[in-house]
Amino acid sequence: MSKPVEEIRIGVYVCHCGTNIAGMVDVKNVADFASRLPGVTVSREYKYMCSDPGQELIRQDIKEHRLNRIVVASCSPLLHEETFRAATAKGGLNPFFFHLVNIREHDSWVHENRQDATAKANALVHAAVERVRSHKALTKKQVPVNPAVLVVGGGIAGIHAALTLANAGKKVYLVEREPTIGGHMAKFDKTFPTLDCAACILTPKMSSVKSHKNITLWSYSEVSRIEGYVGNFEVTVRRQPRYVREDLCVGCMECIDACVFKEAKFPNEFDEGLGKRKPIYVPFPQATPKVAVIDPDRCLNVKTGKCKKSCVASCDRGAIDFTQKPEDRQIKVGAVVVATGFKAFDAKRSPQYGYGVYPNVYTSLEVERLVNASGPTSGEVVLRDGRHPKTVGIIHCVGSREEHTNRWCSRVCCMYSLKLAHLVKEHSGAEVFNFYIDMRTPGKSFEEFYQKLLKEGVHFVRGKVAEVNDWVLDPSEQGKLVIRVEDTLLGTVRRIPVDMVVLGVGLEPHADAQEVRRLFNISCGTEGFFLERHPKLAPVNTFTDGIFLAGCCQGPKDIPDTVAQAGAAAAEALALIDSGHVELEPNTAYIVEEECSGCKSCVPLCPYKAISYVEDKKKAVINEALCKGCGTCVGACPSSSIKQNLFEDEQVFSEIRGVLADV
Amino acid sequence: MSNESEKGYLYFPGCSLKSTGRAYEESLLELFRLLDIPLQELDDWNCCGATSYMGIDEEAAFVLGARNLSIACQTPGRDLMAPCSACYMVLRKTQDYTSKYPQVRREVEAAMKRADLPMPGQVKIRHPLEILYHDVGAERLKNLKKRNWLGGTIACYYGCQAVRPYSDVDDAYNPVKMDELLRAMGVQTIDYCLKTKCCAGVLTGTVPPVGRRVNYILLKEAVRKGAQAVVTICPLCQINLDAYQKEISAESGERFDIPILYLPQVLGWMLGGRKKELAFHRCIAGRRYLNEWLRETKEEEAYV
Repeated sequence: MSKPVEEIRIGVYVCHCGTNIAGMVDVKNVADFASRLPGVTVSREYKYMCSDPGQELIRQDIKEHRLNRIVVASCSPLLHEETFRAATAKGGLNPFFFHLVNIREHDSWVHENRQDATAKANALVHAAVERVRSHKALTKKQVPVNPAVLVVGGGIAGIHAALTLANAGKKVYLVEREPTIGGHMAKFDKTFPTLDCAACILTPKMSSVKSHKNITLWSYSEVSRIEGYVGNFEVTVRRQPRYVREDLCVGCMECIDACVFKEAKFPNEFDEGLGKRKPIYVPFPQATPKVAVIDPDRCLNVKTGKCKKSCVASCDRGAIDFTQKPEDRQIKVGAVVVATGFKAFDAKRSPQYGYGVYPNVYTSLEVERLVNASGPTSGEVVLRDGRHPKTVGIIHCVGSREEHTNRWCSRVCCMYSLKLAHLVKEHSGAEVFNFYIDMRTPGKSFEEFYQKLLKEGVHFVRGKVAEVNDWVLDPSEQGKLVIRVEDTLLGTVRRIPVDMVVLGVGLEPHADAQEVRRLFNISCGTEGFFLERHPKLAPVNTFTDGIFLAGCCQGPKDIPDTVAQAGAAAAEALALIDSGHVELEPNTAYIVEEECSGCKSCVPLCPYKAISYVEDKKKAVINEALCKGCGTCVGACPSSSIKQNLFEDEQVFSEIRGVLADV
Repeated sequence: MSNESEKGYLYFPGCSLKSTGRAYEESLLELFRLLDIPLQELDDWNCCGATSYMGIDEEAAFVLGARNLSIACQTPGRDLMAPCSACYMVLRKTQDYTSKYPQVRREVEAAMKRADLPMPGQVKIRHPLEILYHDVGAERLKNLKKRNWLGGTIACYYGCQAVRPYSDVDDAYNPVKMDELLRAMGVQTIDYCLKTKCCAGVLTGTVPPVGRRVNYILLKEAVRKGAQAVVTICPLCQINLDAYQKEISAESGERFDIPILYLPQVLGWMLGGRKKELAFHRCIAGRRYLNEWLRETKEEEAYV
């Protein structure tokens, strides 16, 4: 049955985008050029095609001029492809008879010569006009959404997102790499600017996570694989063996007392190494889940198999199980919230500050533990050499705003440095100096907190510290650490001897952020933080539908911003799930059955296992729901019997012909 | 022993090693003789381009450096050793900038053409510290050791240009290779936090009070930390620390008389070299200690 050949009537619309495009591209010239191309019935330029009148123009023209193909030359399809497809549909056409040309990001924004930019716009429009002729009517398919959500990372961001979703009645899987949830916030003493006790506000949320009927908490676990697509992700979570059974352990800590290591001698990560732990330990009293964990690198039995295993004997519940192996769990979820957090800058990368060389140089996280009532010194500020500091210097911007390390401002350091200044002074009575480049206190009640510190008699020296060392010029410097700094308000170089130096280290992406990024198929900015879909209008979305961001993995931020963002990510995930279904782009591959020879070469090539071989027909079949439109099979088919919607040979070749036509 | 040290090295002395830094050249040649590593002085070499050139006329500096490199490339297969840290840095900079910046490259090309010399290729420029550490190695030095060091604790002073901005010789801010070599040989070294701080460069000549002040700080801290001698790898550092101790003592009221040695002098001595060949007589400060430490006649007593 052959259809009558329809006459192709194309409408071309060139957008000014204010001056974004028109400033560099002669849009009138482009519209004139397009009007002369074969098949073009209408060609117009307009100030803002995405506006209501712009869309109305398309709808009207379809009616009046009986247009059956639409080309809009404007911005990136990421922004407005959907807008113009909808406008096309409103005019009564199938939305896939529309094609978008990007003359903004790909042209006007990246060129400096108006003539060249205009010529490029013409070529791109010509390509689209050629291509759109062979477009076909397609329909988006609807797929139901799995209502469960995976939250990756159990810091305050992940905790808040998980609780929000669970409270809305959704099933949540919360996966945390460390043995306990809580993240960095659990280590803090107080929070700025209100000086709330961090543990007091965090630990109730941690226990809610543990007890919530809708949350499955997997700590000491990592996502190892994720497949599928928005609404229907299949995730593999690898649970590391903690050698203690979570279902049996009640956190009584008898095993820790019984361990053959009588002394706790290994640095406790939770105390930033200032406190010590045994090979079997609970990171901190409020750890959630409160289940002991055995460090495989320290435990004699795991390492050598030679230990009398007094821990096993001490546990009357029989919870200790050295036969545990890594275990893979498969789950299905509709959305993912990535909240993997940050890593504190390694102060050794700025050797001029002497961290790791002089024992009395501390990082801010270490001092958080030092001033914490439940920390290794019960909140007493004692130096590594046992002395109590009389003078303390806090250096801002360590590993931030610096060419050699990280160029960004870490946003929280000014405020936490002020907070630590207050706490150190309060706990030790020491004289405290803050060394800052600029004081950045833009949050709610932040500036007031700074003013409060000024009144408390903390010293503020404006200038970037050159170095911390122990060379002595004056007898008063004997036995001290000397901070050398250019005081830019005084206009002179100063040497300030102190007993203790605190480095306000910045925030940076985790060392394995790139692997995590690849795992979830999301993007990173140049600094390595995960990239949001749009910095203003889609700040928790990613370029992969169904994957959302929360917290510091997206960029440095404080606790209020993190919680707000986690709530937003949860809301976006809810919006997705509660819509019930997702529409999938019909850019899938299909097999022209009469041409398929049944050679099976495509079957193993498909990365999504979407192709199967039907024995009785001796043909390959593609499952449309699984196909992601990567095109691998299309290129590989020896008889060219696999085609892909929106990327058919005729469409691609005519596009190439069009772009080269005027060269 | 690595391939490079078997082949030996081309050697670019630069002006200092023929004048104020003669002790460096003499002890270096003696050390390499003891190590049995051939050194061949670069034929018809000229100023490296450091001194005032780099500050006043960069183009001239690069052209001067490039001429040396061009000559070095005519003896292919061997690395070029530049013992003076200023020479080392400027030659590295010349190589770096000619490859990085087309403008510099064009200027150098034009000059080379006028002099009828080929454009310099990528000869590897090496500092003796790094050659001793990597190509020779602490193990080989230890095996060849003939004497113990009787000179007490040493402050290793690296200066700036050997490690910055090109940090292939050692870490830019906390270099340790000199300390590691000496400790491997049984010499005690102090943890000298001023080891890459400024030696005042030419300021000792141009703005003497500032120059002396800087060297006062360096000497004072070395002594305070318990050093009985300072060991250097740069002729400018050495002369600045060595030559002004009398003035510094007078001005500060603190007495400084501490030997400032070159690394090859100390290593050469421990490998059995002779005092004269290692040019200890060229030292200015701390001579009375040197006489005590370096007892050639009673060598057998000092044998390992």
